Amino acid sequence: MTDNIKATVRAYIAENFIMRGDGSEIAETDSFMEKHLDSTGFLELVTFLEETYGIAVDDEEMLPENLDSLNNVDAYVRRKLAA
Amino acid sequence: MLMHQLLELTARTMPDRIALVTDGKRLTYAEVDARADTLAAALQDAGVEPGDRVATCLDNGLDAVVALYAAMKCGAVLMAINPLTKRQRLAAVLNDARASVLVTHAGLLDEVGAALATNRSVHTCWVAGDVPPAGADTRCRPMPSTEPGGSPAPVPTTDQDLAALIYTSGSTGEPKGVMLSHLNMVSAARSVNAYLQLTADDVVFSALPHAYSYGLYQVLSTFMVGGTLVLERSFSFPVKVLQQMAREGVTVFPGVPTVFARLLALKTLADHPVPTLRIITSAAAALPDAHIHGLREAFPHAKLYAMYGQTECKRVTYLPPELLDERPGSVGRGMPNQEMWLEDEAGQRLPFGSTGELVVRGSHVMRGYWEKPEATARALRPGPYPGEMVLHSGDIFRTDSDGYFWFVSRKDELIKVRGEKVSPRDIENVLCAMPGVLEAAAIGCTDAVVGEAVKVFVALQPGHVLTERQVIQHCASRLETVMVPRHVVFVDELPKTDSGKIRKAGLV
Repeated sequence: MTDNIKATVRAYIAENFIMRGDGSEIAETDSFMEKHLDSTGFLELVTFLEETYGIAVDDEEMLPENLDSLNNVDAYVRRKLAA
Repeated sequence: MLMHQLLELTARTMPDRIALVTDGKRLTYAEVDARADTLAAALQDAGVEPGDRVATCLDNGLDAVVALYAAMKCGAVLMAINPLTKRQRLAAVLNDARASVLVTHAGLLDEVGAALATNRSVHTCWVAGDVPPAGADTRCRPMPSTEPGGSPAPVPTTDQDLAALIYTSGSTGEPKGVMLSHLNMVSAARSVNAYLQLTADDVVFSALPHAYSYGLYQVLSTFMVGGTLVLERSFSFPVKVLQQMAREGVTVFPGVPTVFARLLALKTLADHPVPTLRIITSAAAALPDAHIHGLREAFPHAKLYAMYGQTECKRVTYLPPELLDERPGSVGRGMPNQEMWLEDEAGQRLPFGSTGELVVRGSHVMRGYWEKPEATARALRPGPYPGEMVLHSGDIFRTDSDGYFWFVSRKDELIKVRGEKVSPRDIENVLCAMPGVLEAAAIGCTDAVVGEAVKVFVALQPGHVLTERQVIQHCASRLETVMVPRHVVFVDELPKTDSGKIRKAGLV
């Protein structure tokens, strides 16, 4: 399941926030905040990650370094699952 | 005085005071003003003349603040556009205003480029951040440096000049630009600052977008009094926001109910006190009781101001914090330097204890809607004094016997999602253009996250099958995020009035 975290999140962002295409234009380091997500959007992303990966995102973990790009989400979810 | 002259005045009297904390930088009033001078000169070099519309499509930050004042310094009209705006809406707004210049960020070039493809008015598109890529629209060029040094040529100005166009959605859905003069904006900001008693010692935190008057005025009001503005891009990372507020000694926190809901949902809220906070302001939608209690518990030293306004005049009422328990749900009474009352359908002024449309008079009342004479004539009508127009707000209120106001509803059923007005008709038009859709109706329904959410009722043409997901995706690719339905209900047919109009009262 962890093999394709980036692909899963990319598809989720494309389907729910860009509404066009397959999300291939989202580079791995692109900031979601800059291009696609407002604060409610991040809340929805967090809910999606919690449901998809069975993790609990703590208040203190809601940070751009954990959530604001495909790379950051990938690294964060892997850390959570390993913990 | 004009809005930018108030910044210049502060820059002369308190040059070394910190005006702006943003993007990891701390800038003094002298620096902010000098950077705005530099960019104003660059705007003039690019051909901007007084009265031209200068649009910004930028995240909150130094560039957005500098561009705002630069536009005003060369007599241009500022149009701040939300950076998450999709291409169709962006193009519609640029075209409606016939904007001359657009200032944006490299990260937004996908949408901006697509919008420019259907726009001819913009002659210069400045791109902050990276150099525009080779294939970008030929009007795109790197944003000039704002390092201090330049100064714009003086232009003739009066406080009757337009300072800003703020776009809202009209009930028929087309973009509607609210025209605000310098006098309008300075008057509104002065009245608000007066009741909040904002001073040079205040540190204001804002993550509200400049595209809305509530966000834009945080900059203007703070800079009028020489306070410090801590400007963030969003509330997406609430713990980070609270930590920054504590670090900067923030005293004023303007928010909207969805933002407060986000904060109050934090399990560790109590671990992040902001002891310097003296004022929390709330606007854009009613503040639920649970928020009031939660905010008081979390920020015990802060006074809580429930307020009401609309873009057309910025602010109308506020409830003094000490009356919050005595008059629950009320948005209070009129702010200084204005008059307000309720009128019935026949235009008769109503006594206290009535329900009717709110009418407002004062120098903060807009100049009208940009090139929309009919909409302007509906909103601005002759008042009690010869030669003066007053604002018919389209909002229904009730008053108690002491003259405190309670919001009842929009006159034309606008839905309010996350504090933004959403026109049901916009959504219905898009739905009805979807293959397979026979008819559609959009209403607001209560939603724990966004206050009110869009719920649509869709009747399909015989033989067609659509899923909720397909309907939502159709809307999402054509409408702004707040307008996208959260709930879709398929019905055989919609209830109708005798005259055949869809009867929304029957939909829940």
